[in-house]
Amino acid sequence: MGLPLGAALAACGTSGPAKPGGGASGGGAGASYWYLSVQPQEGVRTRAVERFNKANPGGQITGTPFQNDAYKTKIKTAIGAGQAPTIIWGWGGGTLRSYVQAGQVEDLTSFFDQNAAVKDRLFPSSFGAATIDGKIYAMPCETVQPIVMFYNKTAFEKIGAEPPQSWGDIMDLVPKFNKAGIAPFSLGGQSRWTNMMWLEFLLDRIGGTEVFQAVFDGEKNAWSNPAVLDMLTKVQELVKANGFIKGFSSITADSNADQALLYTGKAAMMLHGTWTYGGMSQDGGDFVPGGHLGYINFPPVDGGKGDPSNTVGNPGQYLSISSKATPEQKEIAKKFFAQGVLTDQEAKEWVDTGGVPILKGANSAWAGSKDAEFLDFVYGIASNAKVFAQSWDQALSPTAAEVLLDNISKLFQLSVSPQQWVDNMNAVIGQ
Amino acid sequence: MITQATSAQRRTPPAATGGARNGYLSWLAVPALLIFIGFGVIPLVGVLFLSFTSWDGLGEIHLSGLTSWQSVLSDPGLPHALWITFLVMAASWGFQTPLSILIGVFLAGQQRYRAVLAVVFFIPLLLSQAAIAIAYKALLDPNFGLGAGLHIDLLVQDWLGRPVLAFSVVIFVVSWQFIPFHSLIYQGGVRQIPRTMYEAAEMDGAGRVRKFFSITLPQLKYTIITSSTLMVVGSLTFFDLIFVLTAGGPGDATRVLALDMYKRGFQANLMGPASAIAVILVLVGLALALLLRRLGGRDPQASQMEGA
Repeated sequence: MGLPLGAALAACGTSGPAKPGGGASGGGAGASYWYLSVQPQEGVRTRAVERFNKANPGGQITGTPFQNDAYKTKIKTAIGAGQAPTIIWGWGGGTLRSYVQAGQVEDLTSFFDQNAAVKDRLFPSSFGAATIDGKIYAMPCETVQPIVMFYNKTAFEKIGAEPPQSWGDIMDLVPKFNKAGIAPFSLGGQSRWTNMMWLEFLLDRIGGTEVFQAVFDGEKNAWSNPAVLDMLTKVQELVKANGFIKGFSSITADSNADQALLYTGKAAMMLHGTWTYGGMSQDGGDFVPGGHLGYINFPPVDGGKGDPSNTVGNPGQYLSISSKATPEQKEIAKKFFAQGVLTDQEAKEWVDTGGVPILKGANSAWAGSKDAEFLDFVYGIASNAKVFAQSWDQALSPTAAEVLLDNISKLFQLSVSPQQWVDNMNAVIGQ
Repeated sequence: MITQATSAQRRTPPAATGGARNGYLSWLAVPALLIFIGFGVIPLVGVLFLSFTSWDGLGEIHLSGLTSWQSVLSDPGLPHALWITFLVMAASWGFQTPLSILIGVFLAGQQRYRAVLAVVFFIPLLLSQAAIAIAYKALLDPNFGLGAGLHIDLLVQDWLGRPVLAFSVVIFVVSWQFIPFHSLIYQGGVRQIPRTMYEAAEMDGAGRVRKFFSITLPQLKYTIITSSTLMVVGSLTFFDLIFVLTAGGPGDATRVLALDMYKRGFQANLMGPASAIAVILVLVGLALALLLRRLGGRDPQASQMEGA
């Protein structure tokens, strides 16, 4: 059953890039590039390719957009079948590591040594997820997306409270909001990675970045750190205190229902990626333009060791070059990295979508923009963070990530105890 | 895939015996046979091979002996997934069969509005499972769904967030989709029952209920077996609906074997263990199909037709 599905997907993989002419296996002059669809981001990516093609008639890039979840499976299958596009769009981290271990992507370390200017204009923090065992395998691109705590100002006015300054404040706010008939936190719990964001921040605030780093490095029993137990206990306390909206396990993030809960005032706060800002300004009516959306970095935990400036999320998006591409295709891709990625025009277009491009000094690009306040906030978090950690499910290998998400979902269901959770996760360390 | 494979196998023997009598008829089976081999047998052999390897779907395929099987068989997730699969099978059978029989018997009657109702009943079967799952997910949303929209508190539940509720929703949606199909089978079955039997019973003074239990139900024996086989074997392969509706959650409350296989193979990149589960699925499916044939009695050719 696994095989026919894989074969079918691989078959799609060949027809995908071949149709627009000169795909991965075409061997012609053109390079191929697969990326994510969904506007407004898709348009920015498409126009960047178009501009590059206009400026370089000799070496063309053919772009093909894919929908997010479909892309994750398809790119994996296409790479496994030797049908990868020249330029592989991705999230870096554990997935990139699996490509590297299979010898499927080019080592770009020497490219960045020779083109120091390309590297120096980007946020240094964006290179962490592109670096595997000291070598750079991907070009960071697009926008920085930290996870922040959004809140509905109207809801806070209703109960006469201030946004939380610490974990203690959060636990104090929970009964107050519940009493007023407002859910304290919105959560799309069925998506699982949404729950994971809580663990990431809490663990960082309690134990500092070293705790997860040890897991990432594959140290034996790294989850047994007391900070982990403390974090898991706190999460379950929040669940038991009805901190999350009733029925959160039935809600998915894909449908944006969690954002809707915040802007309709059914929930007071939401921990989510900054990419939701665009959706909320589009669908929330007066919510964002009227100034009802507030945002803060995740507050510190009393007595915690972590630096409260640290953040978690997507430090950037990543472009790799397939090692199966022809030398000509690789040249075109490198030229695209040097001249076509995050040009001034592209950076401006990212700002228009409410995103912060990973360029040093990007804040000059949004002077006068209607979203300037939010963009300043995101830029501040990204540039001040001592550590910009990658989302756990992206940082770990796909095998370990699946077990992690599964156990996180059970943790929020209260069907595993913190100690069982630790044991289950220790069993897959280093896999 | 597996349903098709097993049902194709079940269909092959009659074609073969027919071929013995009429030589050229066996050639008619060739196209079906080729498709069956190409899309059924060859992938099966491939999966069997993969189950003895370790492969992440990206790099080289390494032979690894029995390690995939060991990791699958020693994983507590496997008995759990088997148990859930069995529960889905039993519950969907237990829920669908009585309702299908009743609706089938009703539709086989002579009422005037019967044809219209038959068309209405049939509609769910025409929809794609993924579309049904998305629609139900939206309707069941605790904050923006049907219950919240109409202010019916009873319908505002954490439908997909509590293990028992989520499981019940899966059974309900599956039944909602497939009851029309099985009703159709029963409708055909009921129509084949000779009128004379009912007339004789009426002369003996049997009422509606008595006629149903003493004539309709026993006469439907083979129809019940056919429908049950389709339900039981089909329920092994429920995937898309559960994947979209609950993604196996909450936790692993609705993680059936097919879903477990997909998650291992395509999300956790463990193609070896995923293939081992696929082999287990095929074996379970075959065993169940054989068992149900046995239950049908030693002589499945025996006809209940009038005059036979």
